[in-house]
Amino acid sequence: MTMIFGIPVQAFLGQLLVGLINGSFYAMLSLGLAIIFGLLRVINFAHGAQYMLGAFVGYLLLVHLGIGYWPALIIAPIIVGIFGIVIERLALSKLYDIDPLYGLLFTFGLALVIEGVFRYYYGVSGNPYSVPALLAGGTNLGFMFLPNYRGWVVVASLAVCLGTWFAIEKTRLGAYLRAATENPRLVQAFGVNVPLLLTLTYGLGSALAGLAGILAAPVYQVSPLMGSNLIIVVFAVVVVGGMGSIMGAIVTGYMLGLAEGLTKVFYPEASSIVIFVIMAIVLLVRPAGLFGKDA
Amino acid sequence: MTDAPLLSVRGLNAWYGESHALHGVDLEVFQGETVTLLGRNGVGKTTTLRAIMGLIRKRTGEISFDGKDLMRMPLHHTARAGLGYVPEERGIFATLTVDENLLLPPVVAPGGMSVEEIFDLFPNLKERRNSQGTKLSGGEQQMLAIARMLRTGVKMLLLDEPTEGLAPVIVQRIGELLATLKRRGMTILLVEQNFRFASRIADRFYLMEHGKVMAGFPAGELSDRTEQLHEVLGV
Repeated sequence: MTMIFGIPVQAFLGQLLVGLINGSFYAMLSLGLAIIFGLLRVINFAHGAQYMLGAFVGYLLLVHLGIGYWPALIIAPIIVGIFGIVIERLALSKLYDIDPLYGLLFTFGLALVIEGVFRYYYGVSGNPYSVPALLAGGTNLGFMFLPNYRGWVVVASLAVCLGTWFAIEKTRLGAYLRAATENPRLVQAFGVNVPLLLTLTYGLGSALAGLAGILAAPVYQVSPLMGSNLIIVVFAVVVVGGMGSIMGAIVTGYMLGLAEGLTKVFYPEASSIVIFVIMAIVLLVRPAGLFGKDA
Repeated sequence: MTDAPLLSVRGLNAWYGESHALHGVDLEVFQGETVTLLGRNGVGKTTTLRAIMGLIRKRTGEISFDGKDLMRMPLHHTARAGLGYVPEERGIFATLTVDENLLLPPVVAPGGMSVEEIFDLFPNLKERRNSQGTKLSGGEQQMLAIARMLRTGVKMLLLDEPTEGLAPVIVQRIGELLATLKRRGMTILLVEQNFRFASRIADRFYLMEHGKVMAGFPAGELSDRTEQLHEVLGV
C-alpha cells in the first residue's frame, strides 16, 4: 500500500476529505457570522440554532409534507431567513443604540430558547435524514472512494461562499453593504434605507446558516444540539480569521477544517482541540486575526 | 430669487447627548444662492449642518426645505427631499473604489450630472477610478466627496469646510468648481474657516456665536463689517 509520511494514503486522503467537509460548514457559518458582525456589530450567538433550524425545517418538510431534499434546499434557507428578519425587526433593531453586549446576550438567550423547544419536542437523539437518490452511492476515484453526497457538499459550499463573496465585493448592493459597514450614518444620509439594509443582512446571514443546516442534515443527522456542538468551533474560526473579514472567514473555515483532518491522521488525540490551540496562538501573536485589520 | 426660501431654519436647538450645542439657530437660503456660515471653532457651524441633514436626531425647532418638513423625516429621506451632504471628514469609503464611491449615493431626482459630465469636470478622478477611495490625495478626496453628490440630482449642497487642510492651488480649484455649480443653479450652504475663500464665492453670510446666528448680511456689506468680523472671528 502506498504511504505518505508513514500513513496509508487512503487513510490520509479520507481524513483530508472529512476535514474538507467540516471546513465547508465552518466556512459557510463563519461567513454568515462575519457578514452580520460587520454591519450590525452583533455577535450572533443564535447562528448555531439557525443552522439547526435549517436542518429541522428540511426534516419536518419531509416527515410531515413529504417534501424532499431538493425543494427543501430552497425552502429551508428562506424560512430561516424570514425567521431572522422577524427577530431583527422585533428585537435586535431595538438593541443597536445600547451596549453591543445586549445583542450578544439576546442572541445567546434566543439560541437557548430555540434549542430548548426542539429538545422538548424531539429529544436529544439524532433523526436520520437520507441522502437524496440522485447523490446516493459513491465514486471510486482510483486512490480513494468518494461518497457522492460529500463531494456535493464541498462543491455547493464553495459555490455559496464564492457567490456571497462576489455579491459583497463586486456588486452595487455589496457596495452599499461595505459602505454601511464603514459608516452607516453617512450612507443613510445619502438616502439609502440603512435600517432595511440591516434587516436584510441579518436575514441573509440567518438564511446562510439555514442553508448550511439543510446541507448538513444527511451528513450529521438532524438533532436539536447539532448547532451548539458546531458553533463553538465556528466562533474559534471567526477569531482566527478576524471578525468582519469576508474572505478571511471563508479561507480560515476551510483551512481549519483541513488542519483538524490532518491532526486526526497524525495525532488523533489532539484533533478535537487543535482549532482552539491555533486560536490561542493567533490571539497571542496577532489579536486582530489572520485576515483582520489592526484596530 | 423666488419669494419663499428653499431652506428655512427657525429656532433650531440641538444636543450631543446632554450637551446643548445649538441655542435657536435661524437662517434662510434662497434658490440659487451660495450662503456661508462664519464663526470660530466650536460655535456650532458643523452641528447646524448635521442637524439640518438629520444626522443629529436630538433637535427641536423648525426646518423646512422645498416646502417639506424635515423635522419629521427619517434620516434616509433627507437626501430624497433634495439635500446633498459633504461632511468635513469627507467620508470617502476605504473599502470602495473611486467608481463605487462615486456611484454610491442613490439618484434622488432627475437633473443630476451623468458620470461622463462629472469625469469631464474631474479628470483626475477618471484616471484613478479603480483605485481605493482613500488612496486619493486630500484634494482628490474632497473633489470626489463633492462629485458624488452631483450625480444624485439634489437641489442643494451642504458643504462642511471643503478647503480644510488643502494646498492653495487646490483651494482655488474648489473655488472654481463651486462657481461652476452656482452658474448651473445649485444652491449651496457652506461652512468655511477660510474667510478669503468664502468672501470670493458667497452671496450672503451668517455669523455664528455660542450656538446662535448673531448676524446675517450680504456680500456687499463685507467691507463695512471688517471690524466686527475681526472681533468675532479673531482673524
